[in-house]
Amino acid sequence: MELQVRHLSKTFGSGQHRKEVLRDISFALRSGEFLSLVGSSGSGKSTILRLIAGLEQPSSGQVLVDGQAVQGPGPDRGMVFQKYSLYPWLSAAENVAFGMRLQGLPQRDIKERTAYFLEVVGLQDAARKLPRELSGGMQQRVAIARTLATNPKVLLLDEPFGALDLQIREAMQDFLLQLWQRTGLTVLLITHDVEEALVLAQRVHVLAPHPGRIVSTVEVDLDKSDLNQLRLSAAFLEKRRTLAGVLRQLEPALV
Amino acid sequence: MAASATDGGGVKPLPLLSIGATPSPLVRSGLQVSSLLIPLLLWTVISALELVDGKFLPSPAAVLESLASMAREGILFQDIVASTGRVFAGFFLATLVAVPLGICMGVYPAICALCEPLIAMLRYMPAAAFIPLLIIYLGIGEEPKIALIFLGTVYFNVLMVMDAVKFVPKELIETTLTLGGRGRQVLVQVVARYSLPSIIDTLRINIATSWNLVVVAELVAAEVGLGKRIQLAQRFFRTDQIFAELIVLGLIGFAIDMGFRLLLRLSCRWAL
Ligand SMILES: Nc1ncnc2c1ncn2[C@@H]1O[C@H](COP(=O)(O)OP(=O)(O)OP(=O)(O)O)[C@@H](O)[C@H]1O
Ligand SMILES: [Mg+2]
Repeated sequence: MELQVRHLSKTFGSGQHRKEVLRDISFALRSGEFLSLVGSSGSGKSTILRLIAGLEQPSSGQVLVDGQAVQGPGPDRGMVFQKYSLYPWLSAAENVAFGMRLQGLPQRDIKERTAYFLEVVGLQDAARKLPRELSGGMQQRVAIARTLATNPKVLLLDEPFGALDLQIREAMQDFLLQLWQRTGLTVLLITHDVEEALVLAQRVHVLAPHPGRIVSTVEVDLDKSDLNQLRLSAAFLEKRRTLAGVLRQLEPALV
Repeated sequence: MAASATDGGGVKPLPLLSIGATPSPLVRSGLQVSSLLIPLLLWTVISALELVDGKFLPSPAAVLESLASMAREGILFQDIVASTGRVFAGFFLATLVAVPLGICMGVYPAICALCEPLIAMLRYMPAAAFIPLLIIYLGIGEEPKIALIFLGTVYFNVLMVMDAVKFVPKELIETTLTLGGRGRQVLVQVVARYSLPSIIDTLRINIATSWNLVVVAELVAAEVGLGKRIQLAQRFFRTDQIFAELIVLGLIGFAIDMGFRLLLRLSCRWAL
């Protein structure tokens, strides 16, 4: 699988309300890769993801999946939002099954895959709980399982842990990294958290705001066998400091 | 009795009328019972002391007696069936139109732009003002009464369903699209399902209007019905019958309200 983003630009509104949000964004993502985009709030991160998902149309440029131009939303590009995305009337298991139901999979497959993916995210015991009975971290795991169950070629994550508090966020990062290592997923993660991007991704694109464009790219070649150690290692802290510095420079008006 | 649940050492209980104070279940039930009991008591005392002429204010006993005799003669049952039948028929048709239309208006801005101005204006034309026209068009049978109830409730239902639909989180709709959901699936399985509690509540509130209208319709032209009976009672100065019918109207309305609440509780446990 290959996801190609080619010269993508997006302008909202027209006339006086015209707002250029993205300018000439290009990057690629291959099967099994973990890529992250970091940028400050308003730099157009979500817009990029929404364009890839097909929830918005680009002003120019295109998104290609295996050479085919994206026309609209589809299950080959699974998306997980920051919050409010579980169906509140369905149990965890029914949420996971929902996407497969929409696609009309046979009942037996749905049952099997639901059980399997609940186990993948470690929630087999919460299968019958309603979303409101689950913690924020568990809810996001259900959302991830629901997306994975529809077998997407690429997983698009829009600050999926942004609403969680620090400890849970770190636990979820560990979880996501292990999931990726185990299953060979292809992931595009969007975040404003430099540490999160470095911990998880193999490559990080930095997005400058107004209009959003990629200004630098960092390859992350760190030993990720123990994330807690990684977070404290000198090499990691150094990379983190540099990246944070780059981001800060892009946002001089804030202080 | 204290207002707040905990009443521990030295902490003053919140007075009942401070904002955020929740009365204990016992106090609450007491207040709810008093809400009905106090007026009833006042009524009993006033008529027992004959403070008001009994012709104008019949005693509770007289009203009960008149209720019993109407029930014995079978009039009461006949009236109830006639009036509730009209209400349900008219309101059911209004719901049948309003729910799908309201959902579409809430989801598709184009449909909203097309329909909202017209509905916003029609809603201000009092339904009762359509009675003469309805009689001209539909005669004096059941049709004009049902049509009146339909006209009097459909617009409010549409607009309130539309508003309810606007509260469906955008993320939920978009998630459904990225999971492979198509237009109809999104509308039925997500938008309608998510809004169901608000839709039930909308219907619960708006069905009250149809009780207003059914009485108005029956005053104009009807053989039977609770409203018709009230009009006949006036002709014979039977205030006891009028009171009895009013109370029956109130009780049926109350029962319908409770029915909707029950429906909400049974079908939307997740939202409570
Ligand atoms: N539908 C829209 N119409 C007009 N402007 C929009 C629309 N969507 C986004 N924008 C604007 O585009 C800019 C980028 O928005 P976007 O949500 O992509 O940023 P972001 O990087 O995801 O920010 P955050 O970190 O706060 O989520 C913002 O200034 C926003 O106001
Ligand atoms: Mg965003």
